Amino acid sequence: MEKRVTFKGWLLPVCLIAPQVFISAVFFFYPAAQAVWQSLFIPDPFGLSKQFVGLGNFEFLLTDRFYRASFLTTAIFSVLVTLVSMIPALFLAVLADRLIKGAGVYRTLLIWPYAVAPAVAGVLWLFMFNTRVGVVSWYLGQLGYDWNHVLNGGEAMGLVVVASAWGRISYNFLFFFAALQSVPKSVIEAAAIDGARFWRRFFTIVLPLLSPTTFFLLVVNVVYSFFETFGVIHTITSGGPQQSTTILVYKVFSDGFVGQDLGSSSAQSVILLIVVGLLTVVQFKYIERRVHY
Amino acid sequence: MKNLMLGAIAAGTTAFSPIAASAQIEVQFWHAFTGRLGELVAAQVEEFNGSQDEYTVVASHKGNYSETLNAGIAAFRAGEQPHILMVFEVGTATMMGAQGAIKPVYEVMAESGAEFDPDAYIGSVKGYYTTTDGEMLSLPYNSSTPVLWVNRDALEGAGIDPDIDLSTWQQVGAVLDDLKAAGHECPLVTAWQSWIHLENFSAYHDVSFATQDNGFAGLDTELALNGEAQVAHISAMGQWAQDGKFIYTGRRNEGGANFRAGECALFTESSAGYAGISAEAEFDFDVRPLPYWEGVGNAPQNTIIGGASLWVMEGHEAEEYKGVGEFLAFLSSTPVQAEWHQNTGYLPITAAAGDATRAAGFYEDNPGTDIAVIQMTAKQPTANSKGLRLGSFDQIRGIIDEELEGVWSGDKTAQEALDSAAERGNQLLRRFEQANG
Repeated sequence: MEKRVTFKGWLLPVCLIAPQVFISAVFFFYPAAQAVWQSLFIPDPFGLSKQFVGLGNFEFLLTDRFYRASFLTTAIFSVLVTLVSMIPALFLAVLADRLIKGAGVYRTLLIWPYAVAPAVAGVLWLFMFNTRVGVVSWYLGQLGYDWNHVLNGGEAMGLVVVASAWGRISYNFLFFFAALQSVPKSVIEAAAIDGARFWRRFFTIVLPLLSPTTFFLLVVNVVYSFFETFGVIHTITSGGPQQSTTILVYKVFSDGFVGQDLGSSSAQSVILLIVVGLLTVVQFKYIERRVHY
Repeated sequence: MKNLMLGAIAAGTTAFSPIAASAQIEVQFWHAFTGRLGELVAAQVEEFNGSQDEYTVVASHKGNYSETLNAGIAAFRAGEQPHILMVFEVGTATMMGAQGAIKPVYEVMAESGAEFDPDAYIGSVKGYYTTTDGEMLSLPYNSSTPVLWVNRDALEGAGIDPDIDLSTWQQVGAVLDDLKAAGHECPLVTAWQSWIHLENFSAYHDVSFATQDNGFAGLDTELALNGEAQVAHISAMGQWAQDGKFIYTGRRNEGGANFRAGECALFTESSAGYAGISAEAEFDFDVRPLPYWEGVGNAPQNTIIGGASLWVMEGHEAEEYKGVGEFLAFLSSTPVQAEWHQNTGYLPITAAAGDATRAAGFYEDNPGTDIAVIQMTAKQPTANSKGLRLGSFDQIRGIIDEELEGVWSGDKTAQEALDSAAERGNQLLRRFEQANG
């Protein structure tokens, strides 16, 4: 039987939701509306004049084959970042969950990378993989592999994916770890008595019970890889070599803040908003069915 | 305890407050320099502030070139713009288009009554920032031009005479062959590939980079960087990259680290690389003029500048502009300029500063430091070698970088890459024309 709490008047409920509505309006609806409005114009950088072009900015973008190509780059990037940030996180959480001694220390150490800003993480990884002085590229050279992300698109993609996913592993770890703690011990013990080994218990009991957390993290990580990764790209590759790491949000950033083309930049962020919106709808409609709360 | 802390904070803020005496008129100056250059700017400002007591210039670092320009634009939109904003040369067309946001330097100087003689400035330096009618819009501040840096020890190690003539790319090509044959791993490296190997290349060979006099004559300019001369050069560079004779290190000046560490034999980089190379290089180096292709265009014409100029922003009081005028006149004065030129490797902006440097014996003590000056000033600039004035040029350079990477990795031919760069760049030029037309 579902319980419903009903309020007697309307004043209290309005007061309770007002802060949330206010914050959404100020930090989401207003900027989003601004972006939609600005995407209809070609302004000059100083805001001295602007010309109404209707959907001209969108036409300009969608007829550009390089812009269309960056949809594919973004898809590859997002899938990789999501996988690379979630799978190791789950693995580490399972290991930490089994620890009896020193769990607190591991937990704390594993959370640290989350405190590093994306652009700083980018610089750190860039140092390690620097083609000349990087530690990792030096060892790879010793093994006979010539690392050169400056000209090799695949290596550049690998590097920005790892640098973007690294800090997120901590974030995902935290959620998986908390979720693992709430898996009832009695169910696992019952399975163990029935003779189920660790991995069988993991796949048939633990993983399904983690599904709400996994789903939440999936949505959050996809959104992260779409919106918050431009700092890493900017510091490591600037979208290159050629266009192999130019993802949609990096182009929004570089056209707007480097190129001063605010009309195109706004149109791109509107397109990005639509893409992520659709993606989230798809996720809720099709993947959430498999989630057991 | 609490009071003590408040007291400390109050004392701290007073000590660090840029406003020493409130009676003085304050002039805000936003720049993009850190490290050694940042210290030199601070020293100039301090000297100016100490030389008179009417005005106080407050210099603030606002990030790299792009970030400084953005900070200036954002500040203008918020009505908080500084008096003087440092803008890199690729932002020139953006600033020129911003009528109503900028106050041309010739106007500021005329109104302020400060000392100003437009003819004192070196033509090929001020040309970049001057209208076709000869009116100076922004004050050239730090200008450099590309030259060839040579690691003499590396040449000697490969059995090549370190004094070998490297004036032409034909000669350089032969040396690259010898270096490669001797097993050298990094014969040639470059910084700022578009600036040196396309923009300056075009000016130096007197071929056009863009129509309408490289954009000086109008916003309806189109890129011409896919001309015969440029394609031949990029094609040769591409072949060198395939053969391991030219090593690509990145879009900016990443190659500088390789050269300064002694790993590379030849390095095309700005003359302003002098400060870093002379401080770090533990090998015998010298500086040569940028090579040209013998028999192509009218080479050697003159090279063009890179660097930044100072723009005066609109929307301040007349008496503040007087202070701006005084400060700009101070920066242009011979001792200040000569010192700046000698410390940084940037070009002197006035002929007098160059003469003073020569008279002081600086060029004799530091051989090669005058090569950039000679390379810039040996010939009268032509329509192809006055400079570039293209909108959205920062983005266009990004496109050129992408396309050149296609050539270096062997994915594209020089013709394909430059055709594509021109086509994509032209789209941005049309948008800029629409926004500023």
